[in-house]
Amino acid sequence: MVFDSLQAFIAMGGHGPFIWTCYAAFLIVMVGLVFWSFQQRRQVIAQSLRQQRIEQRKAASTPVSPSESELT
Amino acid sequence: MPGKWQWFHKLGSPRWFYGIADRFNPLLLGSALLLLVAGIVWGLAFAPPDYLQGNSYRIIFIHVPTAFVAQSVYIMMAVAGAVTLIWRMKLADVFVRSVAPIGAAFTFLALFTGAVWGKPTWGAYWVWDARLTSMLILLFLYFGIIALGSAISDEKSSARAVAVLALVGVVNIPIIKYSVNWWNTLHQPATFKWTERPAMQMDMWLPLLLSVLGLYLFFTWLAFVRMQTEILHRERRTQWVRQLIQQRKG
Repeated sequence: MVFDSLQAFIAMGGHGPFIWTCYAAFLIVMVGLVFWSFQQRRQVIAQSLRQQRIEQRKAASTPVSPSESELT
Repeated sequence: MPGKWQWFHKLGSPRWFYGIADRFNPLLLGSALLLLVAGIVWGLAFAPPDYLQGNSYRIIFIHVPTAFVAQSVYIMMAVAGAVTLIWRMKLADVFVRSVAPIGAAFTFLALFTGAVWGKPTWGAYWVWDARLTSMLILLFLYFGIIALGSAISDEKSSARAVAVLALVGVVNIPIIKYSVNWWNTLHQPATFKWTERPAMQMDMWLPLLLSVLGLYLFFTWLAFVRMQTEILHRERRTQWVRQLIQQRKG
């Protein structure tokens, strides 16, 4: 390490606030991107499961009697 | 039709791509994090301070990677746009849609870290010079592609419109690249050149190279993840996606 102490590392010779602001922004945006992308994945899967359930119910109810679908 | 074009058709198959992405994703994420952490820790704590700028230059270890990848992503989008227009390959459009937000985020980060770096170095957060302005235009191009893509509901015309914008906007890339040579600017010239050894000393540019490669791999991983989601959405009526989703649930 080129710094003598942890304090010196954090202070960065007076440039600490600038450097740490940048690295914090980088971390926040990267984590945000990943989180958002996986949230989209969950939404797409949930949406298509819902669609499948609706179609199954329709398929089950139309050819047979309508009362059957109320039971399930 | 077997033959030399078979790989090309395969490449256009969303199902085939989905499986490939699944296989590569853990490797991509692992190596991306490894390289990023190594490059950033080396850059922050072990690289020597700059003789002129002191420690503020340590912002370079995220500024250059984000700016570099932001521009390459745009070039890749333009190429994918051409593929969409010429061969109507669906996967190319899936790529453009999926990576545009990543490109926008990296462009924002490059601008933001540059502004914060500018304050202690130039005395100003922002100057309207060629490099900074052309980079801001890149951000707006990304916004334009995202907005245009979501404004047109018909999948085919939307794909064509987005592809055209991606292609037209690519003229901005050489402007960004050569802005530091063509106009007087506060911005320093390119760190890496193909033809010369870097002017920086090795324990400065090696950690930078690691973080650039790390961010490239991270981009590839996230692009694959987002493309898979887009494929799940577009192919939701097909049998293989239905089965896949049922399996994931269980």
